[in-house]
Amino acid sequence: MKKLKLSQSFILGIIMVAVFLLMWVLNPRQFLTFGNFQSMAFQLPELGLLSMAMMITMLTGGINLSIIATANMTGIVTAMILTSTIDPAAPPSGAFALVILAIAAGLATALLIGLINGVLIAGLNVSPILATLGMMTLINGLTIVITKGYVISGLPNAVRFIGNGTIAGVPFCTIIFALCALALAVVLNRTPLGFNIYMLGSNPTASYFSGVNNRAVLYKTYLLSSLYAGFAALIMISRFNSAKAGYGESYLLVTVLASVLGGTSASGGFGRVAGVVMALVILQIVSSGFNLLRVSSFMTIAIWGMIIIVVMVVNFISTTMQERRTA
Amino acid sequence: MKKWFKHHETYVLLVIILFSMIITLVNPNFFTLENLFDLLKSYSFIGIFAVGVTFVLISGGIDISFTAVATVAEYVMAVMIIKYGGNILIAFLVAAGVGILLGLINATLIHFFKIPTIITTIATLNIFYGILTVISGGKWIYALPDWFRSFADIRVFTLRNANGIAYGLSIITLIWIIAIVVAWAILRFTKLGRGIYAMGGSMTAAKRVGFNIFKLQMFVYSFMGLMAGLAGLVQALLVQTVAPNSIVGKELDVLAAVVLGGASLAGGTGTLFGTILGVTLIAIMSNGLTLMRVSSFWYNVFIGLVIILSVSFSAYQRRARTKRAIIIEGE
Repeated sequence: MKKLKLSQSFILGIIMVAVFLLMWVLNPRQFLTFGNFQSMAFQLPELGLLSMAMMITMLTGGINLSIIATANMTGIVTAMILTSTIDPAAPPSGAFALVILAIAAGLATALLIGLINGVLIAGLNVSPILATLGMMTLINGLTIVITKGYVISGLPNAVRFIGNGTIAGVPFCTIIFALCALALAVVLNRTPLGFNIYMLGSNPTASYFSGVNNRAVLYKTYLLSSLYAGFAALIMISRFNSAKAGYGESYLLVTVLASVLGGTSASGGFGRVAGVVMALVILQIVSSGFNLLRVSSFMTIAIWGMIIIVVMVVNFISTTMQERRTA
Repeated sequence: MKKWFKHHETYVLLVIILFSMIITLVNPNFFTLENLFDLLKSYSFIGIFAVGVTFVLISGGIDISFTAVATVAEYVMAVMIIKYGGNILIAFLVAAGVGILLGLINATLIHFFKIPTIITTIATLNIFYGILTVISGGKWIYALPDWFRSFADIRVFTLRNANGIAYGLSIITLIWIIAIVVAWAILRFTKLGRGIYAMGGSMTAAKRVGFNIFKLQMFVYSFMGLMAGLAGLVQALLVQTVAPNSIVGKELDVLAAVVLGGASLAGGTGTLFGTILGVTLIAIMSNGLTLMRVSSFWYNVFIGLVIILSVSFSAYQRRARTKRAIIIEGE
């Protein structure tokens, strides 16, 4: 078992180095520059936090299709409070308390959505894909009703700093992302909740009969997932300097790909934060490298699809060969 | 009577009747043949997709890539008939061929490398759609041949309303009806159909009783591909322009319609009748809200609520049936 996990990160490591070298060779002058690395660091956190929101639910054998809708709802609530109370031209220090309040309200909205997902999935035993598909449609609808399809723009400087500011050259959003990734890794690997999430994902019946409160674990999983979607929302509205219904909808299926590429099993029980972070770095290198080469962004998504297929095929072949050897 | 209330379809049908009555009370234009034929025509596109998705769900899998398959089939078909001419039969064969081919690619990855169906098809969605957009440059196609345009206007039979305007059952709806009948016959009367149900119920059991899983998988995903190709053709007939970005993004809407009809994602269950009801419910709600002059902003809110209520209700029923209030299954 240990060997299998090792080979998964090993494969990811090889791919990471390979795409890095490839992009470097293809474009030696532009790729290996501080500017390029900084822009990659700016772009990664958004998809990164959303992928983690997806990954948490996949660990339990579920899925959360409502993460993008949740993120947009959070962003809209936060942006509406901010734009209605703060003048964007005002100095950043004056309205600090209001910014915190707006963010807290946004995250509370995200948690409320997570709670409803929890009620449906843990309480009523609805299959996660159906429950979150319904919630996705409902929340998307509500964001359109609230905004009437308009863009909410003009956020105060303090909020714009979240997505665009740097500390000693490192983008602030990358720091947030790193902290969130670390926190998730700690929760998953060092707490009883994390242990129970993996247990529930690999065998719900066994986890139930070993005294785990499956229902509580599922509630917490979907609350956590929503919270991470909420964090992603803050970076999203800050980078766009606006909030709107329907931002980032194409990210939804990509987050599933990133999670699976990072070694998360679609049937639950397996997957590590480090793997997902590596997968995100691979996707980001491909995307930025191609962008510098002026290759169409559609080619990038096609390549992303091919990478995941290749990884899955290699995984399959290596597992069957291992099984044959032990047999 | 009591037996009927065990079926999910009965409840969906009751909801449809209830909605129809409410809408008709507000706006009598709803319950006219003209509106009905219009609805049947415009929802043929989603409806044909839904037939294919039903097969995949019954077989225990899931397909996300069908919108990309339809886009590729539609585009290739349009380029071919503009470049080489031809007739509607050739257009159909090209679209169907491309669809089946791409479906077989999905089936190959799923069967031989045991990649979960949802992962395979999300990946191939991106691959098919990405490559098509790169090759086509994202260009829209407007100059479809005249015979293609006139075929779309054919009516199986024609009626006239009070103002003398002609309406009737469109040939496009007929394509949908034929697809349903063929699919129903396969599921109901052939060994293939029984095999699809068996495989969805339990892959191992199906293998043990002697079903050829390889053939079944190939059939299910190429049938989905065929339906996607057909839906691509129908979309081109309906709007008479081919845009690479007009279909992709609708995959979850179609899935929602099929699921409303009672197909389970666990596989082994689901009926075409349920799927038709699911598509009907979505169609009636969207059309009804427009006819009742409700702002289209509210559309998704209602659809979302109906999906949530429907899946919660069927989960509640399932639980009441088993009389066990413990969660021991993730599904």
